[in-house]
Amino acid sequence: MEIRLSDIEKNKATYKDYRILRWLTSVDHKEIGIMYLWVALLFFVVGGIEALLMRTQLVMANNHFLSPDVYNQIFTMHGTTMIFFVMMPALFGFQVYMMPLMIGANDMAFPRMNAFSFWITLFGGLLLYFSFFAGGAPNAGWFNYAPLNESAYSSTSGIDYYCIGLLLAGIGSVSTGVNIIVTVLKYRAPGMSLKMLPLFVWMSFVNAFLIIGALPSLNAALSMLLLDRQLHAHFFNVASGGSALLWQHMFWLFGHPEVYIIILPAFGIYSEVFQVFSRKRIYGYSFVAGSTVAIALLSFGVWVHHMFATGLGNTVNAFFGASSMLIGVPTGIKIFNWLGTMYGGSIRFTVSMLFAIAFLIEFTIGGLTGIAFSIIPIDWQVTDTYYVVAHMHYVMVGGSLFGVLSGLFYWFQKLSGKQLDEKLGKIFFWLFVIGFNMTFFVQHILGIMGMPRRVYTYPDLPYFTLLNLCSTAGAFLMGGSLLLLFYNIYKTARKKELDRSDPWDGFTLEWLSTALPGQKNFEALPEIKSRRPYWDLKYPDKADWKNDDKERK
Amino acid sequence: MFELFLYHIHFYLLNSILHSSTTEAEEINRLHFYFLWAASFVLLVVTVATIYVIYKYRHHENGQEYQPKTLSGKWEIAMIGVPLAMVVVFFFLMLKTMHHILPSADGKKPDVVITGHQYWWEAQYPGTRVTAANEIHLPVGRTILLKLLSADVIHDWWVPQFGNKMDLISGRQNYLWLNIKEPGIYTGACSEFCGAQHAGMRIRVVAQQESEYIKWLQEHQQVATISDTLAQSGAQIFQSETCGNCHNINGTASNGKAGPDLSHIASRQTLLTGILENNKENLTRWIQDPQKIKPGAHMPKFFLDKHSIDALVAYLSSLK
Repeated sequence: MEIRLSDIEKNKATYKDYRILRWLTSVDHKEIGIMYLWVALLFFVVGGIEALLMRTQLVMANNHFLSPDVYNQIFTMHGTTMIFFVMMPALFGFQVYMMPLMIGANDMAFPRMNAFSFWITLFGGLLLYFSFFAGGAPNAGWFNYAPLNESAYSSTSGIDYYCIGLLLAGIGSVSTGVNIIVTVLKYRAPGMSLKMLPLFVWMSFVNAFLIIGALPSLNAALSMLLLDRQLHAHFFNVASGGSALLWQHMFWLFGHPEVYIIILPAFGIYSEVFQVFSRKRIYGYSFVAGSTVAIALLSFGVWVHHMFATGLGNTVNAFFGASSMLIGVPTGIKIFNWLGTMYGGSIRFTVSMLFAIAFLIEFTIGGLTGIAFSIIPIDWQVTDTYYVVAHMHYVMVGGSLFGVLSGLFYWFQKLSGKQLDEKLGKIFFWLFVIGFNMTFFVQHILGIMGMPRRVYTYPDLPYFTLLNLCSTAGAFLMGGSLLLLFYNIYKTARKKELDRSDPWDGFTLEWLSTALPGQKNFEALPEIKSRRPYWDLKYPDKADWKNDDKERK
Repeated sequence: MFELFLYHIHFYLLNSILHSSTTEAEEINRLHFYFLWAASFVLLVVTVATIYVIYKYRHHENGQEYQPKTLSGKWEIAMIGVPLAMVVVFFFLMLKTMHHILPSADGKKPDVVITGHQYWWEAQYPGTRVTAANEIHLPVGRTILLKLLSADVIHDWWVPQFGNKMDLISGRQNYLWLNIKEPGIYTGACSEFCGAQHAGMRIRVVAQQESEYIKWLQEHQQVATISDTLAQSGAQIFQSETCGNCHNINGTASNGKAGPDLSHIASRQTLLTGILENNKENLTRWIQDPQKIKPGAHMPKFFLDKHSIDALVAYLSSLK
């Protein structure tokens, strides 16, 4: 379809009229999506500075840059921030912005609840950070084990703020989950069956069930902890008959699905990016979609692999070891299908695609070290060391954050009407990937050599300073490269002219819409007959429904 | 020839990277190495396949319209089969190793009971009256059973060369089997975040031949004798300044349990779980201002005058 210049001009005119109040009161899914992304960026800067402070403290043995008290607050806040207020809002941002566009809807099913979810998440984050001014930030780690989280061992109000902040964000997440499910079920374009959903939408849909299944366990645990701390209840307080392990069970029953809540939408982004930049349909749609369901179901039956060293006994451990190893199978299928999608294609190395390709390798490393933790005796050796820190960052950064960056470069034109600079983007990509591997690869070795996680300093053992120095240098390289990304965003946002609305020759409906934030998405929709409706519309001779060129469905 | 080469490489790496000082660690590290070979193989396949695909199918600006090619669906089945087979193999290897190194401890008497405290270790030797702190003596050459308890929050026992970790959890009893191969000093660290001085909760194990171990136990059942007058005045200050409310010293009225047992503190090589060498100078610095040396530790600053500190140090240094 031709893009009419008048449309773009019209969009530009309305775009200019924005005022702050408009954003504060908005119920438009695109504006809420943008705000989610800004909030994620804000907290990302804060969490990133915390990471650099930690790496500065750890640059050499017996360093005294930060006191243990400060260091413990900072590593707790880094983890909590990055998971709950960076990765989740960033992925929600893409989901609430893109999902309605991709299924041909004009908004989410419940626009006001959508706004509620966003604001309550933001307030949760602000409340968490208010703890710094209220006597001290939480200091018992992001998973906040009992009984260290009880007032007897953590007497500042930090952990109370942690409870309330995460409860608020948790309520926001659950309501977004409900919103996504209803939107996908009720607001798809006529003709678009569930089997025709773009994979990003499919994975967000499955993910929403994970959210409403997993978050209640966290919310319950946080409420119980708050009762313990404020009203002297005895849930987790061993001295008065509570159970320290109950917290771990409740937290990880949420916590493991949470890891997938953070990775599945990123998998969705990669699935779109691999298709568009290989100029091909996905290889094995049903396997990619089905393995997502398998991962979601398995995720509720693996939580004890965070607790193999708590002495639950060999029988319990063996069950959870087996279920955790099995996760490797559907994940392996996905990696293979993405490779299969590129196979036989015509690959364009855009920044978005580069991040997706780098993800394949980094995530394989993170996935394999993950399997190491499911083999229980190996877990006993390497759990709670820097090996875990390395593993976790390979999946969270190499998996999820690369997905967000890939999505940002892929969709930036849809978010703002303008395209990010690809040249600057490529420099950023290389610096970031090199910095990332420098920072985290050596941490595997540190872990095996005996460096426990969450230590504010370490003795001068052979190679410890050398490897930590490498890690710190890598962290600063990552930090520096991010400045380049921020400059890229700033430069692009200031551009006067709008770019073409379908820069990548996209396949799915979001590229058909020329709407910018605040506007109606679609006046009319084409007939949906395949998984690539916009492709069918642009290339009627090569339409998928006409021309099933032996690609598997 | 190639197999032999691999075989040598395998054992060279196994022994030089992962030091196994117990039979348990040997089994874990052997399994770990099988896994590392399998994982390296998978990573190699994925990396080579990715590079091959992106090189071969990169976009060409030749004006020709390209025809997408598709991989056969049969590959999909293979891609389920191969990882599944690997999972099954490793599952059985895991079961075997797991039951070998951590059989049930039902009804067996532990050789040592280790209790984790914020931020130090207590070791009791059942059947004797010996309670040691921080430097934990263990016998070599036989399989021993450790019972692990916690006095406050969750701690975790880990000496990397011994292999497996085990949590010390308040309200629970955990067990760990060890068969240390060689005498020597082994260090480790608490590996579950336990508060401000988690990093300052190191582990120091003194592994000894059976005869020396028994000798050490016997020596530690005795009460240390003090002759020096400065040390004797130190003993009085220890009482009057309420040190004994937290610390135990056998043969005196001091019987506190909150802090490390000091009955034989002078026989230890290090102070504060191995952070400092045990000498008069370090002991003085510690008593002068504990929070300066180990911020967050539970020992308060007592504002003692120089003479009292000297006397205390003389007293503690004579508790051999």
